[in-house]
Amino acid sequence: MSQLANELKTEIIKALNLEGVSPEDIENDAPLFGEGLGLDSIDALELIVLLDKNYGIKIDSAADGKAVFHSISSMVAYIESKK
Amino acid sequence: MNNALLHSNEDLAFADFAKQAYKLATLNYLKFFKMDNLSKLGLLAAEFTLAGKNWQERYTPDEVALCFSNASSSIDSDRKHQESIGDRSNYFPSPSVFVYTLPNILAGEICIRNGFKGENSFFIFEQFDAENMVNIVQQLFTNEQCKACVMGWINYDSEQADALCCLIEKSDNEKELPFNAENYSYLYFNTKPQ
Repeated sequence: MSQLANELKTEIIKALNLEGVSPEDIENDAPLFGEGLGLDSIDALELIVLLDKNYGIKIDSAADGKAVFHSISSMVAYIESKK
Repeated sequence: MNNALLHSNEDLAFADFAKQAYKLATLNYLKFFKMDNLSKLGLLAAEFTLAGKNWQERYTPDEVALCFSNASSSIDSDRKHQESIGDRSNYFPSPSVFVYTLPNILAGEICIRNGFKGENSFFIFEQFDAENMVNIVQQLFTNEQCKACVMGWINYDSEQADALCCLIEKSDNEKELPFNAENYSYLYFNTKPQ
């Protein structure tokens, strides 16, 4: 969990151009959207591409996406469930 | 800025130069870092132009129009998008690149940042065209609602950045500098670092 979570944080920071944010700044259970990192709808699309490109995982429905992209922990759990 | 050089560094890549300018403008707007270079250039140009102008004290958001032009459209981001879709076996177009494949997005970014709600438009010319732009903005001013216009030339392609931005305001004062093609051209050609 920890290694994958850290890897994911680094990938997200790079993919979303999160200036001034380091992996240590992102808490595993903090919401990624709204408060937290304040990501927007384009970021959500970028996260879908990231999962597909780096992990070969496709998000099929908007409902799944909302749960999967809630936090780093939920993303890690989803990636591990697809292995 | 008004004939004064605020900052210069010709050795940096544009993104790094823009980051320095961001700090110089004391901007606190993290969305800036997600923009393509054309929008970064436009946003910075507008930021420096509007600094200290206190337009909010004279105009409502829907009284301020925007009118920009360039020659390269959004070709820099278009090219990046094309590269991401060129290989069918490695086909991962980036949504955050794709959203910038229109030049008028930069006008939208300036509107979002400043809260402008007036008309906005973006024109592509082969080269800087003062006469057409002045005609277009004068036409905008025939609408009673339009009291001011942020206008300029914002061109970016392959590390080459070129921008002029100014705030044009309706005025009955004959001592003010008249808004015409000659004066607009002068701003571009005679205040440009050589």
